[in-house]
Amino acid sequence: MSMPEPSGLRMVVCIKQVPKAEQLKIDPVKKTLVREGVESEINPSDLHALEMALQLKDKHGGSLLALSMGPPRFIQALETAIGMGADEGILLSDRALGGSDTLPTSYALSKAVEHLGHFDIVFCGEETTDSSTGHVGPGMAANLDLPQLTYVVEVEIRDGHVRAKRAVEDGFEVWETTLPLVITVNHGCNHPREPTLLGKIKARTIGVIDDLNADDVGLDKDKIGLSGSPTVVDKIETVELPDRSGRIYSGEAREAVRKLLDDLEAEGII
Amino acid sequence: MSRAKKPKGVMVFIEFRRDHIRRGSIQLIGEGRRIADILGVKLSGALLGHGVRKYAKEAIQYGLDKVHLVEHPILASYAANPYSKVMVELVEKYKPEIMLLAATKNGRELGGRFYVHLQTGLAADCTAFRIKRKNLVMIRPAFGGKSLAHIMCKKTRPQMATARPNVFPEPERDPKRKGRIIKENIKLGPEDVDAKMVQFIAHMEDEATRLADADMIVAGGHGIRKADTFGTLQELADALGGTVAGSRKVVDLRWLSKDRQVGQTGKTVRPNVYVAIGISGAVQHLAGMQESEKIIAINNDPEAEIFKIADFGIIGDLFEIVPEMIRQMKERRPAKEPT
Repeated sequence: MSMPEPSGLRMVVCIKQVPKAEQLKIDPVKKTLVREGVESEINPSDLHALEMALQLKDKHGGSLLALSMGPPRFIQALETAIGMGADEGILLSDRALGGSDTLPTSYALSKAVEHLGHFDIVFCGEETTDSSTGHVGPGMAANLDLPQLTYVVEVEIRDGHVRAKRAVEDGFEVWETTLPLVITVNHGCNHPREPTLLGKIKARTIGVIDDLNADDVGLDKDKIGLSGSPTVVDKIETVELPDRSGRIYSGEAREAVRKLLDDLEAEGII
Repeated sequence: MSRAKKPKGVMVFIEFRRDHIRRGSIQLIGEGRRIADILGVKLSGALLGHGVRKYAKEAIQYGLDKVHLVEHPILASYAANPYSKVMVELVEKYKPEIMLLAATKNGRELGGRFYVHLQTGLAADCTAFRIKRKNLVMIRPAFGGKSLAHIMCKKTRPQMATARPNVFPEPERDPKRKGRIIKENIKLGPEDVDAKMVQFIAHMEDEATRLADADMIVAGGHGIRKADTFGTLQELADALGGTVAGSRKVVDLRWLSKDRQVGQTGKTVRPNVYVAIGISGAVQHLAGMQESEKIIAINNDPEAEIFKIADFGIIGDLFEIVPEMIRQMKERRPAKEPT
C-alpha cells in the first residue's frame, strides 16, 4: 500500500450510544434492570470501526462522517467521534423513529446515507452491546444494494479494489471486492485512538454536528418506529442465576488457599 | 409478502462448511423438528452449494421432511449476496411461516441481509423457542444474559430467527429416514457475485474448540494489572489441568488473544470449573461463563459481582494467592496422583 487514492475516500461510520456494559446490574429485590446512574459510551465495536476508518483516512486522505440515530443525547457519541478525527457528525433524530427494531433502523440509516451523498465505504461495528444483533450492517448493505463484508479485522484499498480479512469461527478469510461497500468491524481488531482535546473543542464550537429528521431524509412513516417494526418484545423475563453455595474465604493467603483447596478436593474438583 | 397462499411450514437454512454440515445447523434441524411437530407442519431445509447432494441426504436423516437443493458453481462456497438472493426466492416460492438459521457469523450476516428483502422480523441469537397461539416466541438473552427477551413477530411472515450454536441438543441421525430432495433451479450470473473469498487461513490450532471443550478454565481480568501475569495464570492452569482465558478488558489491552476471550462478544463456555481471577464480573462477562458447573473467584474487592455467582472464592490479593495456590497444588498433587 503506498499510493493514496486520487480523490481520497469518502467514508461514513455509523455509531450508537449504549449504556456502559460493566455498570448494568439487576436490582436484587425487584429483579429489574437498574438503568439509573448508568453512564453511556460509544458502542465498543463502533470505536474499532472509527479507528479502521481513521487509519484509511490517514493513509488515503478523504473525509469521514460519523452518523448516529437516536435521541439528542447521542450527540455525545458524535462529539467523541469528532474528537477522534471524524470531520463531521450527523444525528438522525425523530420521535417517529422511537421503538424501531433493526429493520426500520437499517432502512432509516440507509436513507440518511443516501441523503448525505455518495460514499465509498459505510462502516458499522459488528454489533452493539445493548441489543447485540449484528443486523444493521448487513441490513444497510441490503437496502443500499452494496456488497457487505462483516467481522472485518483488516482492510486495504487500492485503485478502488478492496481486500479485507474477516474473522470467522475457525480462522480468517481474505475477501476481495470493489468500492463502494458496507464493512462491519470485528470487536478488538485494533486499538481505538483517544479523542484529542482540540478535536473535542472543535466538536463543540464550530458547528460540525448537524441534525436531520425523518422528513429531511424522506422516510416513509409507515416503515419506521414501532408501527414499522415487525418484531415486538412480548416480555422480559429475569434470569435467576443458579444458587451457589458461596464458600468465600479471606485473611491470610496460605490459610485461605489451604481451605479452598480442601473444599475443592472434597468436592472432587482437583 | 403476497397473501395468495397462507404461509405454512418451518424452513431451516442448512449451512455447510467445506466438508461438513455445521453443528449449529444440525442442532437446529432438531429444534425445527420439535417446532414443526407442535404446529403439525412440515420441516424443510434449504441447502445451497455445488456438489452437495450427499449433505441433503444427511440433513434428512437428522429429521427433515424435505430439502430444497440449490446447486450452482457460484454457490460452491458461502457468499452473502448470491446466498441472500437464493434464500429470498426460496422463501417467496414456498412461503414458510418460520425461517431459522444458525447464529454463526455467516448465518447472522446472511439472515441480516435477506430479511430486509422479505420485510419481516428477525430475532438474533435465540436460545429457546416456544409456540404461543400459533406464533413463534423467540427467546434470547438480553443485557448480557441477566434477562431473557421474548420476541414475537405477529404481523409478517416468515417469523425469522438465528439460533445460538451449542444450545440445542444434536438430534439423532436415523439412516433409514426418508425425505424428498427437491432440485431448485434459480438463475444466477456473474452480476450476482459482488465479493469473492480468495484465501482461508485456518487457526493454527483450533483454540476456539479447545476453549469450548475445556473442563477447567483459568481466566484473568483487568485486576491482573499486566500481561506478564498470564504467565502465572498459565502455571496455575497447568497445575490444575486447565486452559487460560480472559475477559474483554484484557483482550482490548492486548494481553491475550481474542480467541481466548470469554463473554458476550467472545466465547460462551461451560466448563466443570471456571476460575475467575481479578475479574469483577460485568454482566457481559457473566453471560459467557455463568453456566459453568463450579465457579471459583479470586478478587480483592469483596463487593465484586463475581462473588455473587461464585461457589468458592478468596477475597484477597491475587498476587499472593495465585502463587500460593500453585505452590500448594504442587504439594498436593504427588499425594493425589501416585506414579
